[in-house]
Amino acid sequence: MTTTLYTSDHEWLAIDGDVATVGITDYAQQQLGDVVFVELPKIGRALKKAEAAAVVESVKAASDVYAPVTGEVLETNAELASEPALVNSDAQGKAWFFKIKIADRSELGGLMDEAAYKAHTA
Amino acid sequence: MLAHDQDSLKRPPLHGLHVSLGGKMVPFAGYDMPVQYPAGVLKEHLHTRASAGLFDVSHMGQLALRPKSGRIEDAARALERLVPQDIAAIAEGRQRYAQFTNADGGILDDLMAANFGDHLFLVVNAACKDADETHLRAHLSGDCIIESLADRALIALQGPKSESVLAKFCAEAPSMKFMDAGPHQVAGIACFVSRSGYTGEDGFEISVPAGDAERLAKMLLDNPEVLPIGLGARDSLRLEAGLCLYGHDIDTATTPVEAALEWSVQKSRRSGGARAGGFPGAEKILAHFDNGASRRRVGLRADGRAPVREGALLFADANAGEPIGKVTSGGFGPSLNAPVAMGYVPTSLSALGTRLFAEVRGQRLPLAVAAMPFVKNTYKR
Repeated sequence: MTTTLYTSDHEWLAIDGDVATVGITDYAQQQLGDVVFVELPKIGRALKKAEAAAVVESVKAASDVYAPVTGEVLETNAELASEPALVNSDAQGKAWFFKIKIADRSELGGLMDEAAYKAHTA
Repeated sequence: MLAHDQDSLKRPPLHGLHVSLGGKMVPFAGYDMPVQYPAGVLKEHLHTRASAGLFDVSHMGQLALRPKSGRIEDAARALERLVPQDIAAIAEGRQRYAQFTNADGGILDDLMAANFGDHLFLVVNAACKDADETHLRAHLSGDCIIESLADRALIALQGPKSESVLAKFCAEAPSMKFMDAGPHQVAGIACFVSRSGYTGEDGFEISVPAGDAERLAKMLLDNPEVLPIGLGARDSLRLEAGLCLYGHDIDTATTPVEAALEWSVQKSRRSGGARAGGFPGAEKILAHFDNGASRRRVGLRADGRAPVREGALLFADANAGEPIGKVTSGGFGPSLNAPVAMGYVPTSLSALGTRLFAEVRGQRLPLAVAAMPFVKNTYKR
């Protein structure tokens, strides 16, 4: 059973045990516009919560994607390198960015559930 | 989302139309302007190259220079005191790209100057237009009446279908050649039409009285070939076309020679020409023509997929060394499906194919000096 949580910086996390799959929200991709490039963290990198972990670039601008929790990068989505437009077409599905091993579950307490995120972006 | 003070922003005459078309409005040079429409920057860019795009560029400044003597050549000679171009040689019904220079040979603004028979018509950049008008009044008031045409909007129609679309409203449009410019009726409205633009595509710029602008824009947009295009795609189109953006690729610290704009300075104004010099900064600019400049604006193509953007430092070496230059415009070129950039490098490193590195997020990405335009232009010569 996975739970999906959200950050105020418009990342989503699908939590399955002690692993979180991280991406940017549909709201975020709409704000960015056409995504043309994604830079992902190296596998094995130790990320601190709120640290810049990935970069997503539209025609106009580059935006950081922050680590929503502290932990080690376990896996990244290689498909995004060849098809960055997936971020626009399926932001909260196929266009996940990376999987992270959650180091401290107490950090999840500061994140939003879907209802709270909807209110945040309303 | 960043809030901005809507009240302090000026609204172009087409503001209501932009909002009704779903334009995402952003502050630009003091105006509330559409950066993109629902189609998005990528589609808007590609549509312009494939069909036709309508751009609102009403934030730009439009000015008339009327010779007090009644002789157009007097207005042309007067303007030549401020620009290194041969203005006297612009035939009636033609326009030319020019730059206002400063005493150091830098560029105060770039502009289009057209000969409308009894006066010169100028189009200048939005951010510079007040300073340009002050500059013109300070230097040319003895010879010219300087009139700000603030009550006119400016609409660009760009792309391969723009001729066939405009022909429905302006019978003379198809016979115009690149850089032809003059007063024409468009849908019965008294407009100034030039065959020019800022995309590298064939197209037109139409100066229209503000009160008629929305009616004209809607008539053009009623054609299925035409989509509204925002400032985002305008920037990616001009970047692929290798065209300078004032304040970024050219400014008060760059001379026309450093900026690789030699083609825009006619021989008559260079050393040995019939009217050599006589413009601000002539000594430095002519020295750059005669002896070369130490740096030069070049096109840059990255090996990889990561866009290299404005401000990125350039290096000759993958690991060490001081920066040798800087990117002044850069992003993703939708028509090339690849990153494109331009920037300044030492002239010794400006040859096509020279291998360089750009620092992006702490990494040095390999790129090469490349020919501009990046996308072949399709002007109707």
